[in-house]
Amino acid sequence: MDIAVTKKKKLGLKERYALMTRGLGWEPTYQSVDDVFPMDTFEGIKIHDWDAWEDPFRLTMDAYWKYQAEKERKLYAILDAFAQGNGHLTLSDARYINTVKLFINGLAPLEYMSHRGFAHIGRQFRGVGPRVACMMQSLDEMRHAQTQVHAISNYNRYYDGMANFRHHHTHLPYLQVPRSFFEDAATGGPFEFIVAIGFAFEYVLTNLVFVPFISGAAYNGDMGAMTFGFSAQSDEARHMTLGLEVIKFVLEQDPDNLPIVQKWLNKWTWRGVRVLTLVAMMQDYMLPKRVMSWAEAWEIYFEENCGALFRDLARYGIEVPPCVEQVRKERDHLSHMAWCQFYQARGTSNFHAWLPSKEDMDWLSAKYPDTFDQYYRPRFEYWAKLEEEGTPFEAQTPPQQCQVCQIPTIFPVPGEPLTRAEHTCEHDGERFHFCSEWCQVIFEDEPEKYVQANLGAHELYKGNLFGDADPTAEGFDPMAAAMAFLKLTPAESGLHKDSEDARNFDLWRGLATRNDA
Amino acid sequence: MTITANAPYEFTSHDRQEDFRGARLVYVGWNRHMMFASPYCWPLPPDTPFGALVEGPMAQAFGMHPDWKKIDWAKAEWTRNGEPFSPDPAKSLADNGVAHKDSLKFTTPGLDGIAGAGI
Repeated sequence: MDIAVTKKKKLGLKERYALMTRGLGWEPTYQSVDDVFPMDTFEGIKIHDWDAWEDPFRLTMDAYWKYQAEKERKLYAILDAFAQGNGHLTLSDARYINTVKLFINGLAPLEYMSHRGFAHIGRQFRGVGPRVACMMQSLDEMRHAQTQVHAISNYNRYYDGMANFRHHHTHLPYLQVPRSFFEDAATGGPFEFIVAIGFAFEYVLTNLVFVPFISGAAYNGDMGAMTFGFSAQSDEARHMTLGLEVIKFVLEQDPDNLPIVQKWLNKWTWRGVRVLTLVAMMQDYMLPKRVMSWAEAWEIYFEENCGALFRDLARYGIEVPPCVEQVRKERDHLSHMAWCQFYQARGTSNFHAWLPSKEDMDWLSAKYPDTFDQYYRPRFEYWAKLEEEGTPFEAQTPPQQCQVCQIPTIFPVPGEPLTRAEHTCEHDGERFHFCSEWCQVIFEDEPEKYVQANLGAHELYKGNLFGDADPTAEGFDPMAAAMAFLKLTPAESGLHKDSEDARNFDLWRGLATRNDA
Repeated sequence: MTITANAPYEFTSHDRQEDFRGARLVYVGWNRHMMFASPYCWPLPPDTPFGALVEGPMAQAFGMHPDWKKIDWAKAEWTRNGEPFSPDPAKSLADNGVAHKDSLKFTTPGLDGIAGAGI
């Protein structure tokens, strides 16, 4: 049978984009718009014309699938090759595996949280343009979480500290730092979430996360992590643009939005930088072959790139967050303080710690001439002596933590590296402690939120980390019960040189490169 | 300030004193001894003598430091939440006015850490 061919005119790009995005929305008839979108007004952000939103990418769903499918095919071909070729044995050094652990435990679950967050606001904004953009970002984030889990599962087959990443992310005290950061954002309103994650994290701070991990992977022979990094990179570029577009759109809609957005920028720049403490430490101490120091990364990606960004936003009245002054003063201390903390709390983390070697310390003193030799080298040398004597130093007691960022209160007064900062206030008859003035400002703005924090030491002492064990039973061992509940085994913690991972890596790599008789 | 929310927002703190089965949380940090990365945290019954805190939990936490044995406690200077504080070692935490989640810091004049470098 012949079918008559009807010559339909192919849609133009603009027309097609309009139909495939804005054209998917509709005006509700039997419910009010405010009832359909109940969450996009309570934060006080005023939007007068949602149609003024410009989607910088003009991406439609069908094109999105096509791009992503192509990237998936390439990625999984490389991951297969990695697995078949024992890619884990091509690493620079066994210590590198600990950065993979930090990534899967600390960062991959945030991708999943980001997926949930963008799905939520993709439902809650009444403008169709931003809804479609948020939906695509939500799908990206889900894909990133999946590809990271798949790529890193190749390491999990051989090494410790990754198998319980989800449980550890939820319960292990040090992982509450990244977790609480994202939960704070996800429990804000939709505008706060998109400013926090879409702008402050994805735009202002993203390179400070991406470069150390992905370039670090490339420098240290980790083809798996490098590949998922590059597979995500084109998405990240889109996310950055969405973040910037949102800020400009919100600021252009109403002058009353400025103080709210500025407050969020102040808050989320600080929250983000505090989470980056983990990245700074990884960059300076955990990469066997280093890419650049944290201080250098900060100069390039914050001072230069973000300096230009804030100058661009100045025409809307946006100012550089005041916390940046403190970040500058902490720049040459951050990674060292963090590694000192992790070294002594190594019994409670799911990756291994070690003391920097003499060569490592020479690199650190070259990169940090004003701080390392004076303040940090003496600590490491003293601890090295204790290790040699067979009495390694290890903290015996859980730390005091900041009520907001949840990092132990390790930070000194800015500019006084040997004086610990002390910030405290009373709220509703209860005392609270903070690592810094900026975390205290965040707390005092919304104390009702942060009083609900679950701080690791406090959870232990309340008895919340004992699972089903009965603390009243005879011979009850609280630490053993807590470790069982946390699913933290001795093989996962402690010193790298004593670890199964270090032993196995050397053994397997030896088998791969030598012919034993 | 109070939180911006789209519904009534009332939650209790997760760390009220009654949540700790009779104990109160106390934090202690040692000034100019940065080897210890932060102040530490203990749950202590309010009738614990202040001296028992020093000889028990604090000795366990800080005793690894070579300065610990050299401390002259009569000369030690204390702060509580940043304010000057003069604890009586024979009296209990409660009688010394140490409340739930108070943060204590002590300075040991003459002792300035490993190699006198504040660590």
